[in-house]
Amino acid sequence: MSSDLKQELKEKIIEQLNLEDVTAAEIADNDPLFGDGLGLDSIDALELIVMLDKDYGIKLADPKEGRKIFESIATMAAYISANKA
Amino acid sequence: MEKPYYIESFSHVNNGGVSVNGTPAFKTLETDFKSVMKAAYKELGLDYPKFFKMDNLSKLGFLAAEVILKDESEKNIAIVFSNRAASLDTDRGYQDSIKDATQYYPSPSVFVYTLANICMGEISIKHKIHSENCFFVMDEFSPETLSSYASQLMDENKAEKVLCGWVDVDNEKYDAFLYVVAKKGTFVHSDAEINRLYKTTHEQ
Repeated sequence: MSSDLKQELKEKIIEQLNLEDVTAAEIADNDPLFGDGLGLDSIDALELIVMLDKDYGIKLADPKEGRKIFESIATMAAYISANKA
Repeated sequence: MEKPYYIESFSHVNNGGVSVNGTPAFKTLETDFKSVMKAAYKELGLDYPKFFKMDNLSKLGFLAAEVILKDESEKNIAIVFSNRAASLDTDRGYQDSIKDATQYYPSPSVFVYTLANICMGEISIKHKIHSENCFFVMDEFSPETLSSYASQLMDENKAEKVLCGWVDVDNEKYDAFLYVVAKKGTFVHSDAEINRLYKTTHEQ
């Protein structure tokens, strides 16, 4: 799986979710994005769904799918690689 | 006979500065709103990363409230805010983001702020306030409207204190004046006194 994609995702998440004082280097590929990890919330999850559609042409039919996909940068990258339009 | 209430504390945020009870707490030479908010956040030692996810109106209200509520233990505090532009500043940004039908990707995190009263919600979440709240939209600051509403809330024991004021943001113009109405305090809760305190930093 491309490490470029993981780096790209980290930078997009920081910018689009307004994560102040967080750098891409501080986010490990397997860090949890929600809860004790980056501390993202439910609105952030919706924003990630929009990002998948807008930037990668992937539409999530069921938002509940996001729970697994958005576990970490690694799971996001794997899903995008497998489903990118 | 009407019960006397008092203004316990007040804050201003405008012209790159934050003041508490008339005393400057922060000042920057930055001019754009985003930079002013970021500089104030850091200088005043706020530790609340969600601040950076808020829209401009919520940031302004949150900051003005934070400096007078940070040591407040009372939770039965009603909130009565007012402004001129409602959430228009954010509404415009949201409209811009969806006007191109071929690039139609509404942002959930922008959409949730397209109501002025979300600003009060952010303050309530931070300070665990569950009391009454109301947001008036009017042409200009009106002490009469705020004082009568706040007094009624206090008279009817709906709240122990009321956080009142003006929080307005529109196209980089911003102005916040908040004050806490309580049963004890330094200044009499009267229209004339509210107006005098409101004008304190506007005349500097």
